[in-house]
Amino acid sequence: MTNRLLTALLLGTSILGSAGMAYGQDVTLNIESWRGDDLAIWKDKLIPAFEAKNPGIKVVFAPSAPTEYDAALGAKLAAGSAGDLITCRPFDKSLELFKKGNLADISMLPGMENFSDVAKAAWQTDDGKASFCVPMASVIHGFIYNKDAFDQLGIKVPTTNEEFYAALDKIKADGTYIPMAMGTKDLWEAATMGYQNIGPNYWKGEEGRLALIKGEQKLTDPQWVEPFAELAKWKPYLGDGFEAQTYPDSQNLFTLGRAAIYPAGSWEIGLFNTQAQFKMGAFPPPVPKAGDTCYISDHTDIGMGLNAASKNADAAKTFLTWVASPDFATIYANALPGFFSLNNTPVKMEDPLAQEFVAWRDKCKSTIRSTYQILSRGTPNLENETWVESANVINGTVTPEAAAKKLQDGLDSWYKPAK
Amino acid sequence: MAAAPKRPFRWHIVVFLAPAVLVYTAIMILPLAGTLQLSLFRNIDQAQVFVGFENFRRLFGDPNWSVNFWNALRNNVWFFIIHMIVQNPIGVLLAALLSSPRLRFSAFYRTAIFVPTILSFVIVGFAWKLILSPLWGVAPNLMDLVGLKSLFTPWLGKEEYALTTLSLISVWQFVGIPMMLIYAALLSIPEEVIEAAECDGITGMSQFWKIKLPLILPSIGIISILTFVGNFNAFDLIYTAQGALAGPNYSTDILGTFLYRAFFGFQLQVGDPNMGAAIATMMFLIILGGVCVYLFLVQTRLRRYQF
Repeated sequence: MTNRLLTALLLGTSILGSAGMAYGQDVTLNIESWRGDDLAIWKDKLIPAFEAKNPGIKVVFAPSAPTEYDAALGAKLAAGSAGDLITCRPFDKSLELFKKGNLADISMLPGMENFSDVAKAAWQTDDGKASFCVPMASVIHGFIYNKDAFDQLGIKVPTTNEEFYAALDKIKADGTYIPMAMGTKDLWEAATMGYQNIGPNYWKGEEGRLALIKGEQKLTDPQWVEPFAELAKWKPYLGDGFEAQTYPDSQNLFTLGRAAIYPAGSWEIGLFNTQAQFKMGAFPPPVPKAGDTCYISDHTDIGMGLNAASKNADAAKTFLTWVASPDFATIYANALPGFFSLNNTPVKMEDPLAQEFVAWRDKCKSTIRSTYQILSRGTPNLENETWVESANVINGTVTPEAAAKKLQDGLDSWYKPAK
Repeated sequence: MAAAPKRPFRWHIVVFLAPAVLVYTAIMILPLAGTLQLSLFRNIDQAQVFVGFENFRRLFGDPNWSVNFWNALRNNVWFFIIHMIVQNPIGVLLAALLSSPRLRFSAFYRTAIFVPTILSFVIVGFAWKLILSPLWGVAPNLMDLVGLKSLFTPWLGKEEYALTTLSLISVWQFVGIPMMLIYAALLSIPEEVIEAAECDGITGMSQFWKIKLPLILPSIGIISILTFVGNFNAFDLIYTAQGALAGPNYSTDILGTFLYRAFFGFQLQVGDPNMGAAIATMMFLIILGGVCVYLFLVQTRLRRYQF
């Protein structure tokens, strides 16, 4: 009796199951990502926009926690259960996946022509021959300032170093505001918002970065030491006890209106818009002399690639082509102000602060952070050492020259550039 | 003379030992052996290759590793010294005060002092970071109230103070443990001994130094070794308060954080489990050495009093 019932049940489910199969000719694509914060944007805006244009393809955005992403993805790829589309971290982490054969070569994907070489560099082999992820977004460095404070003190937005320090002096003399909100406790603020922010103006962006990789320039050359020398000058303009000021402290100091200038990354825009009660503006890193070409750090941060083992490769490629299109760029850049599309087609953005940032792309030359490509593969790790030394320089415990020498010595110990 | 009848094999000993031995082997001995094994291999072309002591040669021979290792070890020793000269004497003092029969509310003090010990490191690290914050912390204001504002500096951000500050935070958190152990030892001293001392005219401070202290020395020994093991395994407080790079300028880097960076990697630094295992092995040997010195040189000389 029970046996028969069981058989009937099993038969029933199998019929239902196959009915489901027959009905669902749709292909379902799964996206692996660490951006849990973006879940709503994907679900409500991006995926419906794609599905409306491509009937028959369903997309599921399945993020995991940022700290677990790399390990979880590695395990899933090894077990063959990873999603069809993989959100790519920049540089070595994704390159490693490509070398292991987990990411497919998508150099020929329609839509890749929409991106510049700098944009694609984060997801290419060292020789630049194969690309394996579609660039999605970058973050731009610069300075966000308190417009109300600037108006009140009658300061105009600085464009050169001289004007920059004059403005800082004026804010300091007035005393209402802390001139600059930055701390050295978390180390990376000093390196990312300091050194990598103002540095490109000195080492001339891509020119210097690539020369460093080729071994034609050294970190002890004047153009690489000067940014450190500038950082050393920032010390008197930082708040009391900046040595123990953390990154959230700096954010709060600025959004509470207690500091006038914030060395920033554009990812702050979303948060600052909701927290700050005053008008904000932004200016690019000031150039050393009036008339100099300006360079900005327009750092590639996030991309998307194709799982080489995907069973729905064609549908996934259709999706990636859409990710490479201006349509995607417009929705994404507006939903996440501060994460800028890398697409060559200019994207219209609503957020005024984000517009200011992205406008610099027209007059300045873009580059990415100097330590990210190739140079941080060995021990000691150049990026981590740059954090430590930048903080030391601002704290005044090390001279700019000594910091640069330490970095170069560390690099020399394992990096032998191809001559 | 007939041989004594052979005693049957005592199976119950094996049976009773088995659970502990099995559990201990599975969760302690095997992972430890795994770590030691891992430290003798290197990942070459995606395969683990046996390289003998190459990892250790790098750890001590390559300045990129050895400078960091010695720095971490030096910091760790300082971390331990602060605990030994601050935490344990204060623990003994508190226990002596608590065991005084004239002290009122001693149960309350005992609990209050012990509470930080059961707090999570994350809470302790975060709370002290806030207390000492030059921007929003209460420390600058409190010091201002008593006119000592000029002595305030951002301690956690200064190379010369950060490690000592963190050691003292850790002391604050864990002072309850020596206090409790010594307190228990003091309570277990029989009344007759104390009475005999009083009959001989030994009271007050000299009673503590001449009678009680010698009797609790074994407990102090145990506390020292617990402090030693705990300090050389420390990691959490530094990680939550200063981050994995143990800034400023690696001045708070201890073996635990150094191991973490090597093993798991950090930011763009890719993890190197083999070097990490080599550091873990060194930590194991240092702790093993310290414990052996204690067991064979100190503990055997401590006199035990049987009552």
